[in-house]
Amino acid sequence: MTIEELESIRNSKRQELDLRVNSNAPGVERHILVCHGTGCTSSKSPQILEEFNRIIKERNIENVRVIMTGCFGLCSKGPIVIIRPDDTFYSQVTPADCEEIIEKHICNGETVDRLLCQDVDGTLVHRLDELNFYKKQKRIALQNCGVINPEDIDEYIAFDGYKALAKVLTEMSQDDVIKVVSDSGLRGRGGAGFPSGKKWEFVKAEEGDIKYIVCNADEGDPGAFMDRSILEGDPHGVLEAMAIAGYAVGACKGFIYVRAEYPIAVNRLEIAIKQAKERGLLGENIFGKGFNFDIEIRLGAGAFVCGEETALLESIEGKRGQPRLKPPFPAHSGLWGKPTLINNVETWANITKIILNGAEWYASIGTEGSKGTKVFALGGNVNNVGLVEVPMGTTLREIIYDIGGGIPNGRKFKAAQTGGPSGGCIPEQHLDTPIDYDSLKEIGSMMGSGGLIVMDDSKCMVNLARFYLEFTVDESCGKCTPCRIGTKRLLELLTKICNGLGKEGDIEDLEELANNVAAASVCGLGQTAPNPVLATLKYFREEYEEHIKEKKCRAKECKKLTQILINEEACKGCDLCKKACPVNAIIGEPGQKHKIDQSKCIKCRTCMATCPFKAIYDE
Amino acid sequence: MAEENLNCADQRCKDETLEICKKYEADRGHLMAILNEAQEKFGYLPKMAQITIADYLNLPLAEVYGVITFYSRFTTKPKGKYNISICLGTACFVKGSQQILDRAKARLGVEEGEMTPDGKFSIDTVRCVGACGLAPVFIINGEVYGRATVKQFDEVLDEYMKKD
Repeated sequence: MTIEELESIRNSKRQELDLRVNSNAPGVERHILVCHGTGCTSSKSPQILEEFNRIIKERNIENVRVIMTGCFGLCSKGPIVIIRPDDTFYSQVTPADCEEIIEKHICNGETVDRLLCQDVDGTLVHRLDELNFYKKQKRIALQNCGVINPEDIDEYIAFDGYKALAKVLTEMSQDDVIKVVSDSGLRGRGGAGFPSGKKWEFVKAEEGDIKYIVCNADEGDPGAFMDRSILEGDPHGVLEAMAIAGYAVGACKGFIYVRAEYPIAVNRLEIAIKQAKERGLLGENIFGKGFNFDIEIRLGAGAFVCGEETALLESIEGKRGQPRLKPPFPAHSGLWGKPTLINNVETWANITKIILNGAEWYASIGTEGSKGTKVFALGGNVNNVGLVEVPMGTTLREIIYDIGGGIPNGRKFKAAQTGGPSGGCIPEQHLDTPIDYDSLKEIGSMMGSGGLIVMDDSKCMVNLARFYLEFTVDESCGKCTPCRIGTKRLLELLTKICNGLGKEGDIEDLEELANNVAAASVCGLGQTAPNPVLATLKYFREEYEEHIKEKKCRAKECKKLTQILINEEACKGCDLCKKACPVNAIIGEPGQKHKIDQSKCIKCRTCMATCPFKAIYDE
Repeated sequence: MAEENLNCADQRCKDETLEICKKYEADRGHLMAILNEAQEKFGYLPKMAQITIADYLNLPLAEVYGVITFYSRFTTKPKGKYNISICLGTACFVKGSQQILDRAKARLGVEEGEMTPDGKFSIDTVRCVGACGLAPVFIINGEVYGRATVKQFDEVLDEYMKKD
């Protein structure tokens, strides 16, 4: 494909797709966009798409197209259907609703009110941009997600796809490209925040004719799903960025290392690579400029440590994913000993926009030390669960309350967890910290890849630390002793405390051991594994002390320290709790007072929810 | 490996594994891909498949076994006809997936990673399937059940109990 051909596809297709981004687009055509991210797909969005198509065909309706798209972000309201150009936002749609949407909305121009979603404050939302969830967001990495069909390269081209690659190959030298990336201030979005331009520069400076480009899509932080959503919603954005980097550093081969647990993302990547090759946008002599670049997918198999760059390289080579000692860094000696440039998915997703809009534009967004935007996977005890992209420097309070809609069920905010198993907990007093790489570090957490889990006051912080340590013990590769044995010992101490067997001195032991593991481990996994312990100790020390001294868990989450009891005075013997109990732990004849057999009770609290007399309580 | 007489099951496993192997060059870099595909085919990685793959890639069996045991997705134990995966990612954990796991173990009488004696059910845990918006989730043979409660889990399991 020549650059002229690319432009002609862009121009004709862009006009056709104008209604996707312009709510005043002229014409009678309507597009029904159906989210096909993992969340919505799990709740049957492919059937919704099929059903729409069936009805349209059956009724012979013209000027309507049904399109699959990537994630819209508001996953908790899925499956989501958006109608353009009206921008009507339908939530929790089922295949049975399709008939009504077509009949009312498409044929008669009325909205189907019962499928509109309610904002957290109770107002009925008609249009996408009326949702508080979207108001403070700025979408750069996610720009195309939810707008284009990720399986159709022409739609990507319509929205300036492969234009950045064409620009680099015709107008820019290798050093020009690297300078733009450096000047933009972009830092690695995988967690560590290393300046991306620097990395590119190092790899470019290496001698040698074989170099590699790698995309780290081994999103291992449980509760983080931004990389997956980018790959599912806009796979070409990543491919194009990798090709640009290939040109800039002198590499002609790229690998995408992606989790096998993400079948939809893998499938869309495969389709995207195939289409790009067919169009000559990957392969040999791209745009006739003598530049060759090819990309292959490599599957991971569920090892958190493979998100560490050198472990990832080992895994691509077909070995156990154990980290290598650094130096040498991958820029010098990476894949099969060759200079290798590794960036995370979200980092790649910013590149084409930086090339097209310029370094200054990008650097104007964000804070002094952290430029641009960051995508967070907002989850846990928050009303709007989903993907949010905000400028660096946005405060946690804005993300959790303005965008996330606050804490559900009338409970109180307790802590926000960032950085996954490597990060820390942020308590209420730091909610107004503007988030960037440096400010998070200062308050004892880290940016990490962007998981942001909100916790209400029903969560026990000691148990949370235990949960994360259980994770790191599972995922420690075993190469170095401090991590392999240290994390295990940390977990034992935490388990003991959660079970009410803690004793004086345990907290001091935890602290000492945590600091040693952090100081002596080989790779990032071990160095950061104690963070959940240290951060919870820093902000919630009194909960540890209560567990140890008073054998009390204030959140009533630690099972050994909690009892579910029936208030005999209030119990009417209605027997409902007994029927509801999944483990038959409740004893008592109908009409008689009931009791809970503590040895059987699993603290699921089903009985508490069932009792019509509120006679069951926990303590 | 020296020629030997294999029983029918092993011979078939070997043939099928070889068929997968041949889609790839005999290069170690493809080991993970081959293992992923073989596991997809058999549901786990039988010993015969491991031997065949090691042979094909000219690697010691110990190396292949080492890689298999390193990655949590690979398993050398067969799974039940209905495999119940419970997500223990942070978002699901915060929303109570541990209770569902406890319930599954209590009802089926097996631990994580194990199969019921009749081969009908097995339980495993996964770390985040990315459906955090639906947390907590559990998955039975690829079907995702979201916004799960212990009660709903019980009802779903009852349905599967009735099946063959």
